[in-house]
Amino acid sequence: MADNKQMTCATCKPKGLCGGKGLVTLKDGAWANNPLAIQVLGICSALAVTNRLENSLVMGAALIFVTIGSNLFVSILRKVTPHRIRMIAEVAIIATFVILFDQFLKAFYWEMSKQLGPYVGLIITNCIVMGRAEAFALQNPPILSMVDGAANGFGYAVVLAIIGFFRELFGTGEIMGHKIPLFTDMYTPNQLMILAPGAFFTLGIVIAIFNIVKGPDKEEKK
Amino acid sequence: METSAWVILIAAIFTNNILLTNFLGMCSFIACSSQIKTALGLGTAVIFVMVMTTIINYIVYHFVLVNLNLGHLQFIIFIAVIAAFVQLVEMFVERFSPKLYFALGIFLPLITVNCAILGASLFMIIRNYNFMQSIGYGLGAGMGWALAIVLLAGLRQKMRYSHIPEPFKGVAIAMVVTGVLAMTFMGFAGMVSIQ
Repeated sequence: MADNKQMTCATCKPKGLCGGKGLVTLKDGAWANNPLAIQVLGICSALAVTNRLENSLVMGAALIFVTIGSNLFVSILRKVTPHRIRMIAEVAIIATFVILFDQFLKAFYWEMSKQLGPYVGLIITNCIVMGRAEAFALQNPPILSMVDGAANGFGYAVVLAIIGFFRELFGTGEIMGHKIPLFTDMYTPNQLMILAPGAFFTLGIVIAIFNIVKGPDKEEKK
Repeated sequence: METSAWVILIAAIFTNNILLTNFLGMCSFIACSSQIKTALGLGTAVIFVMVMTTIINYIVYHFVLVNLNLGHLQFIIFIAVIAAFVQLVEMFVERFSPKLYFALGIFLPLITVNCAILGASLFMIIRNYNFMQSIGYGLGAGMGWALAIVLLAGLRQKMRYSHIPEPFKGVAIAMVVTGVLAMTFMGFAGMVSIQ
């Protein structure tokens, strides 16, 4: 699923011991191999929940929680899981964490849970979580896997927040429900941005910007 | 108020397209849309699996989970049902129709992780569809997804010969084109409506 370049990258330029490796892992997950903008994984939820910044932040937090948790447990159990049933074991672990988060939202933030609707449950099929478990946690010790999970979750959350920020700003002229002066007087909010097409355009542009910043040499299209 | 299953079917294809308005199934949508033939194969497989899994999940949810008061386990049960069903179909097709197996074979495992399938089941529960409505929704959502991926595949085939700015090549332009596609589908809005 996700590529193994992560592995080679983490080993080809070692900076000291586990601390250095942890740092490389962190940087790799959050920037160089950003799951959303570079690898284009898990875009379903990235598009669906980003009509408001608040939703994006909650979704980002959910994904960080789930990737850390599932990476940790997949990694702990990696030596006792039979290879043939590893997929279903991974799915079960991921689903457990998703249910935990869903119940938490329902108990303490009912409004938010209603707004996110089925998308919390859909974290289970989010390719990032599965991809990290498969590509990283199965081969690495628990602590490093947690770092990797955090890095990838963080990379995802940041891109989500960027998209959410611009969509809410241009779509409603507000940020987190507060009106932004310039955008309410001189600019007519464009409804299109909070509807579906706005999501596609924004993500397309974000990916393109990442491509520009990263330079044209890496042609690793999926 | 009862909405007829037909209305839900039409709405799920056009006005509430699961891909273009609910953004589900994007991963395989982007990855497998470079050729019309591939897109058609995947689309067909999705329609079939989606109808069957919504039916099974409806039965499992309303007759097993609700009775046992285990509604919160729906995620894990649904994903297990989908995975098991896909596996079963794969074995069945391989045994009885090798030709179909080669046409569909590679797409079937992909479907397990297609969020549109799980999403359709979750929407069915959230919107409280009854049995007939669920069938209509599953069929409509599958057809809508297939329609969208075939359309995008056609567009991408044409786009291969056009000049695209360097950073937009690949996924980025696909997203923008999908945005335009979503805009055209917004033209259907108001034709029929569900929730």
